Order: sequence, then C-alpha cells, then structure tokens
Amino acid sequence: MIEVRLFAGLRQGREKIYHWEKGSICNVQDIMDRLGIQRKEVNILLINGFHQKPETEVRDGDIVSLFPAVGGG
Amino acid sequence: MAYAYYEKIARINLTTGTVTVEKLDTDLAKKFIGGRGLGTKIVYDEGCATVDPLGPDNKLVYITGPLTGAGAPSSGRYMVVTKSPLTGMIACSNSGGIWGAKLKYAGWDALIVEGEAPEWTYINIVDDKIELLDAREYLGLFSEECDEKLKEKHGKDSSVLTIGIAGEKKVLLAAIMNDKDRAAGRSGVGAVMGSKKLKGIVVTASKKNADEVLASAEALKAANKDVMVNIRENGLTGGGLRALGTASLVNVINGVGSLPTKNWQESYYDQAEDVSGEALAEKYLVKAGACHRCPIACGRIVKVGDKVVGGPEYEPLWAYGANMANSDLASINEANMWCNEYGLDAISVPCTIAAAMELYQRGAIKEEDCAGAPLEWGNAASAIEWTKRMGDPKTELDWLMSSGSARLCEHYGMPEVSMAVKKQEMPAYDARGVQGIGITYATSNRGGCHVRGYTIAPEVVGLPVQLDRTVTNEKAFWSKTFQDLTAVIDSMGLCLFTSFALGAPEYTKLLNAACGTEYTPEQVLEIGERIYNIERMFNKAAGMKPEDDRLPKRLLEEPIPDGPSKGLVSKLPITLPEYYKVRGWEAAFPTDETLKRLGLDECVGK
Repeated sequence: MIEVRLFAGLRQGREKIYHWEKGSICNVQDIMDRLGIQRKEVNILLINGFHQKPETEVRDGDIVSLFPAVGGG
Repeated sequence: MAYAYYEKIARINLTTGTVTVEKLDTDLAKKFIGGRGLGTKIVYDEGCATVDPLGPDNKLVYITGPLTGAGAPSSGRYMVVTKSPLTGMIACSNSGGIWGAKLKYAGWDALIVEGEAPEWTYINIVDDKIELLDAREYLGLFSEECDEKLKEKHGKDSSVLTIGIAGEKKVLLAAIMNDKDRAAGRSGVGAVMGSKKLKGIVVTASKKNADEVLASAEALKAANKDVMVNIRENGLTGGGLRALGTASLVNVINGVGSLPTKNWQESYYDQAEDVSGEALAEKYLVKAGACHRCPIACGRIVKVGDKVVGGPEYEPLWAYGANMANSDLASINEANMWCNEYGLDAISVPCTIAAAMELYQRGAIKEEDCAGAPLEWGNAASAIEWTKRMGDPKTELDWLMSSGSARLCEHYGMPEVSMAVKKQEMPAYDARGVQGIGITYATSNRGGCHVRGYTIAPEVVGLPVQLDRTVTNEKAFWSKTFQDLTAVIDSMGLCLFTSFALGAPEYTKLLNAACGTEYTPEQVLEIGERIYNIERMFNKAAGMKPEDDRLPKRLLEEPIPDGPSKGLVSKLPITLPEYYKVRGWEAAFPTDETLKRLGLDECVGK
C-alpha cells in the first residue's frame, strides 16, 4: 500500500489522501500522472519526510507528500 | 536630499519634552543603508549597550529605510531598534502596515526617542510638526479600540502606532502594534516604550509618496517593473502566500517531522491537519490581507466569533497548536487576537505557555497554582486565559509567565525546559531535523529567531535551491549568507518575504535606483555583514558571553522521538566552529582583522 498526501492548491478537485496498492506504480511521476498533476505544480515532494524527485522509486509502505508553492515564516 | 532620505531625524526627549531636528548623516547611510543597519549604528554609538533597557537612558529608534514607502514591492516597513529588556542585547523588530511609509511621507527618516515622560504621553506628527500630547485617556484600551480612538481624533488619514496594556505594564514580551494588528513583535520593544510612558505615535502626512527624495523615480520605476516579474512568476510570492498565508507551512514542516510538539518534546503532531493553513482557509478565512504596496498579501483576515480580525501566521498557529498539543483552531484564532489586543509577542507568549505546560507535566507548577486555568496539554481555554493574564499580569505567577520561558523555568529550577536562545523563544522549526536553522538560532543577535537567516527556504522549501536538511555541509555558509542578506533587506525597508523571489542582484538594483549608488551585489552583501558584525559588537558591549551562542540542551542531546525525523539531533557542535570561521570570528566575536575589513574601526579593540 502507498499513501499519497496532497496539500494546499493540489487538493482542488482531488482528495486529500489516497491509499493505493503499489501495483504498476514505479515512481512518483506515475502517481502525479495518475492524479493529473504537472511537474511545475509541485514545489516540494517528500517520501517519508525526505525530499525526493519525481523519478524516485516508490516502495510499498511509502508516504508520498506533494506540495505546491507554499512557505513563509 | 540624498540617498533617498529627507536627511531629517527627530530627536524627542520625553524627560524634557523637547524635539530637536538633526541631519541624517548620508555617509553613515551609505555604510549601513538605513533601517536595521543605521538604527543599530545609532544605538551603538549612543552607548545604549550598557544602559538599563527599561531606564530613561535607553533609546528607541524608529527608523525607515531608503525604500520605505518608495513604491517597490512590499516596501512599507519600519524598524524599531533599542536594547532589549528580554535578552539584554540588541533588539530590532520590524513591522509592516502603512505607519513606516507615512513617517517617511511626513518627511522623517527616523525618530530617536529618549528619556522618560513625567506623565503618559503620545507623540503626534503632522508633516514637519511634532507635538507631545497627554495619553492618559488612552491607557488600558485594547489595541483596536485605541487605534480607532486616536484615528477619530487625528483623522482617518492618520496612522497609529501604540503599545497595548502589556507594554504599559512593561511586560517583557510586549510588542509594539501599528495599524491595529501589525506588530513589531519581538524582544520586548513594547516594554521599552512603556518604561518611557510613551503610549503611541500618530503620523499624518500630506504627501502620498516620497518620490522627491529618490535619486531617480524613473529608474526605480523601471527597477520595480523588473523585480515584479520575479515576484509574479515565483509560485510563493505570486500566489501561494496569498492563498494560504504562511500558515501553509504547518503541514510542510510537520511533513518533514520538524514541527516542535509539546514544547519540543516531540516533533511530529498527528493532528497538524486540524490546525493547518488549509483548515484555516476552509473554516475561518475571510480574505487575504496586505501591507502597504504589497503584492504578496500573506496576511490572514479571519472570523473570531462575530468579529473579523487579523488572523494567525504560521508561528502562532504552531505555538498555540502543535507546541501545546492543541488542535482547536478557533481557540488559536482567538488567542492570536488577544496577543494583538494586549500588544504581545505572538511567538514568545504561546511558547512560554507551552513551557509552563511542561513544568505542569513535571509537577513543578501545580493545579492549585493555576487559578482555574490548569496548564494541561491541549487545554485551549487555559491557553486563552493565560494569554490574557500575561497581557495584564496581576499575580506573581502571571508576572513570571509574562517575563518569558527562560525566567519562568529558571524560577522552577528547570532552565532546560525553556526552548529559548538568549532568553528569547525559538520559533517553529526543529533544529534537530533542519541543521542550518540551528546555526541561525544559536547565533542570532536578537536571540531565538527564524527571520535573521531563514535557511528553511533552501533546506525545506527549495528556494533558491534544494539542500539536504539533515546534513551540516556548507550550512554555516548558507546561514551567514542569509543573515547578511536579511540585514540588507531589513535595512532597505522591504519585507523579507520578497527574498523568496529576489536575490542580492535584484536588491542591489532597487537600492542603486533609489539611492543613485553604484553598489555591486557583493558590496551590498558586505554591508549586510557589517550590520551583523556591529550588532554582535553591541551585544559584546552589553555583556554577551560566547556561551550565549547556544541551543537548548534538548536539541543536542534528546533525539526526536518519532516521525519522519526520528533519531535526529542538532549537530551544532560541528557547525558552530565552521560558522565562526566563515564569519572571521573567534570565540563568538569578530576579530580586529574582521572589524577592520568591514570598516568598523570604531569597534576595534572593544
């Protein structure tokens, strides 16, 4: 099982959280494709709390978090 | 007129009730820019480092930068520089709204306030006229009502800066408020005003801009146009902050397991979503709010009951939320409102309550001490009640709480429970999970603070590049560079948030256009370094010791117990010596060689 968490504007028209069987999902790009999220929409991409790239392989049990441009201080 | 200044400073002596006009030294402005830099130079030269911060010899410098009100993006800021009663070191707190711009439009670059008024006073400025008026009828009012009454008296075009009840009582966590809910929040600057019996400063300006002092209004307009492209095209400044405000960080920082929880005993809050920027926008947001000439609009205007008020930024959302294990978002909006109404630092106040909750957990504070507001984790009603008590302290515990976590925890013999640096509470990023920000905290001249070198931008948000948050490599360099650039931005009169989209070349372009200078970006960064070093020399004169550059023991010795950053500790013992090396400092202070390199000959041998 893979958990996908979406934040801020990426939630528009989508769920906050998805739980998917790993199945044919190889990397984060596959997840973004399935959700119709473009690369330029994602500013922060985390797997289990650590920054990764769309090409990073996803493993069973991973939590993938996608954020658009967010921040401040 | 030169260097985008009117070259006019008003020195207001409250003891004698006299106002004298002095000429701003443009040579000094070229060396320190203005705002934070020039303000620090003034208080350093005038010997404030060694005075009682709450005595008549301390001075308050309200100072603009060359870009304040000049039409550049997010250019409404002013700075308050003084000696902090909280830290005993340099205080420089800045604020937005429109007050700073109005001061400039009225023809004043800065105000130096000294002495102590015999009776409660406020300063009324109408263009070049400055008068001292009786403030007694405004005492004891909440910030919003006080702002409204003073505007009623001085006209709707006036802009009001005041202290709240907390400042009147010289509470060490008192802020200075302007334009109702904007705050120069940190380091107890409101208490310094209170110690002088100065309730407020009202400014009315006939002019609507200060274009006449610009080296070239045309050149600045062109530079603005260029940098606005960067601001608009950047996802954060071009829309992200307007949509969710800084509150969007709650889920990000929790996502990287670095959201301090229960007074930093943990660093992952499983109910973060309930108190996130997303939840705030969904349930309570009325609209985004913007300061003067700000295209970013990070402010939150929210509903609290049937009132519409300034809402919480990321820091209070965290401090009243995860840091107290409180998932009641409505209570956070309300507590934040009370911070504004009493004129309190909305970071240090909730952080001190969180420290008190840990003291309660450990049995040091007992239920019977709490007068009906037990300091249990997650008790939202108590958080609100203690905020009010800290804003208007009456009992011994009220006073202890209102003096910040360092003094509170020291009193109970548990100094390690205070999550503060130099007696000022650290903000919402766990330095165990994000290595660079720990350097910023430990070496911040004004004590625990994130906006003195916001390495969260590269370490978490990926701006301008994405760094590995867990490693120490090059973090000393990043922290120093961000500290120096921030000193420049704070001195120009711009908002730090522009730096998500702009870098040293863009700031240099704006500065050169406004001032008619020909700085290179390297020279501008060197000015920032000079400012950081003179602040440090102020602290040295004030009695700072090398061991004051520290982090609480918990961050060095207690690994994060759970969440994505489980097992991590701060590696400050590795990064701090590296930092001193890149700064040219030894044992926490600049060497004479460094001071000479930076043209700070007046500090050599001190």
